[in-house]
Amino acid sequence: MKKSLFIGALLALGMAATTSGASTLEEVKARGTLNCGTSTGVAGFSLPDANNVYQGFDVAICRGIAAAVLGDPMAVEFVPTTGKTRFTALSSGEVDVLSRTTTWTFSRDVDLKMDFHGVNYYDGQGFMVPRSLGVTSAKDLDGATVCIQVGTTTELNLADFFRVNGITYEPVPTEKSSESRSLYQAEACDVYTTDASGLASARSTFADPSAHVILPEIVSKEPLGPVTRHGDNQWGDIVRWTLNALISAEELGITQANVAEMAAAPTNNPEINRMLGTEGNLGPMLGLDKDWAHRVIAAEGNYGEIFEKYLGVNTQIGLERGLNAQWTDGGLLYSPPFR
Amino acid sequence: MAQHQDFKKPTFELSMLLYDTRYRSTSFQVIALILFFSLIWWLVNNTMSNLAITGKDIDFSFLVHESNYDINQRLLEYDSRSSHGRAAVLGVLNTLVLSAIGCVTATILGVFVGIARLSKNWIVARIMTVHIEIFRNVPLLLWILLIMSMVAHSFPVPKHFRGADPIATMKLFDSVALTNRGFYIPEPLFSNGFGDMGFFSNSFYISIDLIVILAILIGSIWASGKIKARAKRIQEETGIRPTTWYLRLGVIFIPTILLLVYLGFYLGYPELKGFNFKGGIHLRNSLIALWIALSLYTSAFIAEIVRSGILAVSKGQTEAAGALGIKPNVIMALVILPQALKVIVPPLISNYLNLTKNSSLAIAVGYMDLTGTLMGITLNQTGRELETLLLGMSIYLTISLLISAVINWYNRRNDMVER
Amino acid sequence: MRNVSFVRSEMLAEQTPPLTSIGVIGWARENLFNGWFNSILTVISLYIVYSFLSFLIPWVLTPTWKATSLNECREINTALTGHHSGACWGVITERWPQFIFGFYDRSILWRPILVFVLFLATIAPILFERVPRKLFLLGPVFPFLAVWLLWGGSIWSPVFSFLGLVLGYLVWRSLKERVNAVILLLSSIGVPIIWWMFLTEPASGLLAEIIPYEIQILPSRDFGGLLLSLTIGLTAIFCSLPIGIFLALGRQSDLLIVKVLCVWFIEFIRGVPLITLLFVASTLLNIFMPPGTNFDIIMRVVIMVTLFSSAYMAEVVRGGLAGLDSGQYEAANALGFSYWKAQRLIIMPQALKISIPGIVSNFIGVLKDTTLVSVIGLFDPIGLTTVVLADMRWNGVYWELNVFVALCFFVFCFSMSRYSMYLERKLRKEN
Repeated sequence: MKKSLFIGALLALGMAATTSGASTLEEVKARGTLNCGTSTGVAGFSLPDANNVYQGFDVAICRGIAAAVLGDPMAVEFVPTTGKTRFTALSSGEVDVLSRTTTWTFSRDVDLKMDFHGVNYYDGQGFMVPRSLGVTSAKDLDGATVCIQVGTTTELNLADFFRVNGITYEPVPTEKSSESRSLYQAEACDVYTTDASGLASARSTFADPSAHVILPEIVSKEPLGPVTRHGDNQWGDIVRWTLNALISAEELGITQANVAEMAAAPTNNPEINRMLGTEGNLGPMLGLDKDWAHRVIAAEGNYGEIFEKYLGVNTQIGLERGLNAQWTDGGLLYSPPFR
Repeated sequence: MAQHQDFKKPTFELSMLLYDTRYRSTSFQVIALILFFSLIWWLVNNTMSNLAITGKDIDFSFLVHESNYDINQRLLEYDSRSSHGRAAVLGVLNTLVLSAIGCVTATILGVFVGIARLSKNWIVARIMTVHIEIFRNVPLLLWILLIMSMVAHSFPVPKHFRGADPIATMKLFDSVALTNRGFYIPEPLFSNGFGDMGFFSNSFYISIDLIVILAILIGSIWASGKIKARAKRIQEETGIRPTTWYLRLGVIFIPTILLLVYLGFYLGYPELKGFNFKGGIHLRNSLIALWIALSLYTSAFIAEIVRSGILAVSKGQTEAAGALGIKPNVIMALVILPQALKVIVPPLISNYLNLTKNSSLAIAVGYMDLTGTLMGITLNQTGRELETLLLGMSIYLTISLLISAVINWYNRRNDMVER
Repeated sequence: MRNVSFVRSEMLAEQTPPLTSIGVIGWARENLFNGWFNSILTVISLYIVYSFLSFLIPWVLTPTWKATSLNECREINTALTGHHSGACWGVITERWPQFIFGFYDRSILWRPILVFVLFLATIAPILFERVPRKLFLLGPVFPFLAVWLLWGGSIWSPVFSFLGLVLGYLVWRSLKERVNAVILLLSSIGVPIIWWMFLTEPASGLLAEIIPYEIQILPSRDFGGLLLSLTIGLTAIFCSLPIGIFLALGRQSDLLIVKVLCVWFIEFIRGVPLITLLFVASTLLNIFMPPGTNFDIIMRVVIMVTLFSSAYMAEVVRGGLAGLDSGQYEAANALGFSYWKAQRLIIMPQALKISIPGIVSNFIGVLKDTTLVSVIGLFDPIGLTTVVLADMRWNGVYWELNVFVALCFFVFCFSMSRYSMYLERKLRKEN
């Protein structure tokens, strides 16, 4: 009978985590760590290594936010989420921000009551087939078996694409991307479909990447970006402008290496000065201090540096900038001005 | 007078609710009920205020909206334009199919393993022990994943069947193709069939041929039962049992065969066309993997039930049967198993229940059962966690309660027979 | 008087049995080649075992423990046998701490290890009779110590939580002879709960400021691998035991409403798959709680698994109660024991003793079922295989990882099932 008391003890300890109705910023500051929702393992985007340190493109965004808010890029608790649990994790307050290759769609934004804060990666759904199959276009895939990961927008795009083109297919859904990849490698399906970045990431892990081709068709628009809960605008602003700071920093030539120097004294470029806090007071407007953008860039570098570090052509993922180049280079990255 | 007062019926006092055994149980129950309702009220209230905060409501109308996704194993007509509700029905059917075939093979395997474990042959008994221990002590999810990957990696790819000198060939006179995408087996077709019949304003179709065949088969089995009953009566009257097996076989098979001939029955063989085999029945690799994993896993538990059931039958029964000169394997079939069955059946059915619930792990290999459709993709696409999970859990609950009802019915019937 | 020559007047000396019925040959004849059917079975079985082992042993015995990537393994195996079909164990060398401890801080691994040792010491007196009885004293202390060691934080909060338990015991001691059982129960549970809800936190906070002593705090998200499975499994099973006992008593009680509620609860939990309950934990539980409450996913999973296993535990205990001779109840009544006193002193000790094998097998089931948390994205051993497979160096080491995980679970579950069998034999002997 006395054992029932133990539950009380456990519950008492567990419920200690009860949060008050404070704003997300205050909560994060009080807690001292940022809770960042991420995926359960996608090479290049978010993956814990053997030493338990998370690495990747999506991870870097969270580290930037943590640097801005808490001053320490390592003060992040990563919460692995699946396609199913990610939005509930966010809306229940379990995570403060979701940086998990999440596509910005109307229904997610409006119906699921999420706030998207710009795009950190412009993606699109593509198809990968073994080179030996001799297929050159996705329209030749009539009757093919297609591996997809469920819980994404992928299965919807897939159904639409095949229906519009009047061809049939056999979907092989799996719960995790690693299962999809394993089935594709065993040739239990002819085609592997996911976002083009995911295809490149998957192909890089294969024993012989050159034996697989990514078909030219991109069948959907997949703007991926960080997400927060509806309703906390201050927190949303912090996430949005952290991302914009990373993008602007590349445009303005601020790098991890020179950010300390640029932030030390005002430069000739007033926008750099405003951003790094040597002029004006944009930081306090956000509810942060003046040096916030300095810390963001010092954490993992600017957008371009992060991209090159985790996804770029010199990594095993080997992605071109493509749409994700600055607007000045013909891409879509276009940060609103820091003014 | 004062003495009289003592015998007066004691007036009701508040403390009697607690101390008087007549009232205590009632007050206890009232407290329990109040606690229960306040718990429910608390949960509902919290849910309501949380939904209000996130701006959601409880709304099941998504069930009639277009689902927009495809399902590979379809027992009913379905495409991505069909509704979420229909997808859920397909999911339920897939759950039931998997559970049904899983239960059949698990029982066969389990009975075999359970009996073999009691074998006097040392090595056979040992192998069966190892089988049971391995399957009982490793999580089912691991078995499903391992067997799925075994199926995906060890069977040939469809393209290996191609060419003049193919790496792999079809089995059983070119009728069965075993590939890593699943097994293709011949399907029964009718050149002269009756067509389909629509139900519920044509929302789904059932083949009339199937209904007719089933009707005739049930009729024949009933007739065969009559013959058996008659044989038994004659045996009781005269002591001689008439040989009726050929008559019964004929009654069972001839009408069905005649009907099949009339319908123009033939087998549709799978054929390699394009990327995949076409035609025939496609048992997908996810179904195969789940089927094998669930059967093997559950068979280990069933084997233990069978073993303890057999051991529960007193050894004297075996010896008595032996003394009557009955052969050992006949003793097992006619003396031991019928008696053991009474002990075996209730836990056996509860293992069927476990298997049905475990089939929800199908989600790990992408088999589109109820957890894959309603509680999987539909949940993801609509974001209606509360509605989909409530609906899904109540469906599982219904299935479980039905199976429990069967156990109770069996137990009651058996109790009556015994006494 | 006839000469009965055919009657032997003295016994012959016993002859040794023929060589074919003793020793190895005799054993083999008796057990393996007893009749043609058995002989065929033996040959077939031997062939199956041989073909299985001849495949498995070369696969397992590969010198790849030091490899740092799958490609390196393939090179080693190719150099050795000419084809690369052997196992690649380098991944285990590299990742085994992750599979055991998850993301737990590597510098303080002594904490979970110590908890595990303490746990073994705590349950030893329950499991084995020869262990000194004094170890029972660890029982009440262990949960608080374990929570503190695993999650870290100030020493004062477990101390004050433990004081709540002591308080409850003192209340029970002092009121035992004076009030009736219901009030006794309510007050000895109620007082500690009030203590925990209102006093523990301020008091421990105050003391922590005066005498600060705290160890590194670890969030439960850092739990992973086998540590996560065991934490969930053990917490759930020990919390579910008391709940299960109450549910079983409720189900057997004469109080109609209590009985109906208990039956509903048990049948509901047993009627739905655990995975749906885990979905509820991951997506719905926060909706059911007051707005703003947020306790982490591991705690939610523990609650759900506890509810799940308590329904099964209730059935096990009910089996134990049913297995008890009705004379025991009658004897208790005859002695004039109240319901609770009878339960505590006569019924439960015996019923629980009969149910231990059932409880152990229930525990094996729960431990195996903890692997389902990988479906909702937690990094239990199966969830971690996803992480490792997403690593470019190890993409494709599917079998090795799964075999390793299977082996870990097998070791735990098998030893427990053996223990349960030993116990059953012992119980049978005693009765």
